[in-house]
Amino acid sequence: MPKIRKNIAISESGFVFDPLSGESYSLNPLGLEIIHLIKNGQSYEDLSEVLLAKYEVDQETFDRYFYDFVATLKQFNLLEVETDA
Amino acid sequence: MEKLPFERPTIQKISAGIPSKHGISRKLEPLSHIDGLSIKSLINDYGSPLFILSESSIRKTYKEAYRAFSSRYPNVQFAWSYKTNYLNAVCNVFHQEGAWAEVVSGFEYDKAAANGVPGESIIFNGPDKSKENLRKAIQNSSLIHIDHFDELYEIIHLSREMDERPKVAIRINMDVGIYPKWDRFGFNFENGEAWDALNRIKASKNLDLIGLHTHIGTYMMTTQAYKIAASKLAQLAVSLEKKHGHVIQYIDIGGGFASKNTLRGAYYPGTDTTPSFDDFAEAITSALMSSEIKPDHLPMLILETGRALIDDAGYLAGTVLANKRLSDGRRATIIDTGVNLLFTAFWYEHDIRPIEPISDQMEDTTIYGPLCMNIDVIRGNVMFPLLKKGDHYVVRRVGAYNTTQWMQFINLRPQIVMLDMKGKAHLVRKGETLDTINSQEITPEHLQNFNL
Repeated sequence: MPKIRKNIAISESGFVFDPLSGESYSLNPLGLEIIHLIKNGQSYEDLSEVLLAKYEVDQETFDRYFYDFVATLKQFNLLEVETDA
Repeated sequence: MEKLPFERPTIQKISAGIPSKHGISRKLEPLSHIDGLSIKSLINDYGSPLFILSESSIRKTYKEAYRAFSSRYPNVQFAWSYKTNYLNAVCNVFHQEGAWAEVVSGFEYDKAAANGVPGESIIFNGPDKSKENLRKAIQNSSLIHIDHFDELYEIIHLSREMDERPKVAIRINMDVGIYPKWDRFGFNFENGEAWDALNRIKASKNLDLIGLHTHIGTYMMTTQAYKIAASKLAQLAVSLEKKHGHVIQYIDIGGGFASKNTLRGAYYPGTDTTPSFDDFAEAITSALMSSEIKPDHLPMLILETGRALIDDAGYLAGTVLANKRLSDGRRATIIDTGVNLLFTAFWYEHDIRPIEPISDQMEDTTIYGPLCMNIDVIRGNVMFPLLKKGDHYVVRRVGAYNTTQWMQFINLRPQIVMLDMKGKAHLVRKGETLDTINSQEITPEHLQNFNL
């Protein structure tokens, strides 16, 4: 699972601030929920189980949008850089 | 427990740009119905993509335009510009409203005639009129607008050969203070060529000079240019009466009125910047009324406006094929309409919106068509809600030029429906099939078989 960078500030309303770049972002409610689950260290299986039970969505659609969302987080440099070590 | 509706997760960068003091709304309201009919049901019944035309919108716009001019000028006639949209159903709505036909080729001439427009109500414009076309137009007493001297001599020759008196006008180009100056059609006003042409027509004695015509440009955002054009035509009319004692029957001011679409690169939306019919009418009629033309010799005013009369009545509905991310992280949405069908995407930032409430979350999106071509971009940069594969969209204001300039390229051209005054849908052009294309082709005998 990807990890959110530690110094990223996330408010309860979905406002995100990156002190490194000075950029701010806005999350929609599900985006915020996923970020919280990732921060809590949930595995992808657990995370998708929780959300599939809660929302009207099938596994395939969820997978697609989840990975697209994570790709965007990576694009915005909000994820920790994975190292081989 | 009932599950909550799913909206895909998003994160958007907040850009603290300079806020517009005019506060143009970025929220995109969905458009679910046209004339009371659900767009979704139309797509289900007629396929996707689908052009949808609203008869009530056409009639309403026409009446508004006619009122704007006829309330200011005693004698007004509209002529429907066939090239803007020559679907027979569309043309006939205009003809039922009283518009003549304005055509620019032999093909369009025949189309108008086949629709039942009497010859004397067809205006024949354009630089391409074959001898046969001209012969037909002379025979039917149509109004021939001469584009160049070669055409003038051809008509003089035909008038002798046929022993007829062709009804002619000349097309005049002029400087009306706009850029680019259109000087490739007709005879120039400023260098005296137009006056020369009029004198030659009078000298020929075989032609009935009945009108003066100009068409100053396309997508005109200023009414002042029309005022200048109308004044210059009025000057010629006065000179004709002074020198030859000849009173012309009409002044044709052409078309070119802008529609409410937004041109690419424009800062403000077309809905805020396009002059109204009243603005255009005021400029043109005031120039004619205040000219030196004697009040009892005021000519009929002909208008050939196409785009401004039909653009609003056309919609293009379809389906999202896919979403993807571009290399810079931007969203790209691929829809089933390409520039082959929506030719005007090259000129306009088209108003495209979902047909159902999707989400208030908007994202910077590039909207691509389905063609395997890099130029196939419907909107380069638009704040757009996150549509999923299979969701539907609708593009507004596509009534002008698209179903005449569209191409059968990579995909077949789709169906067109018209919603009548009661909101009932009528198929007005069938979608193309493989047979439509293949029926035009002839494969030589030796190329009919192969072994792979």
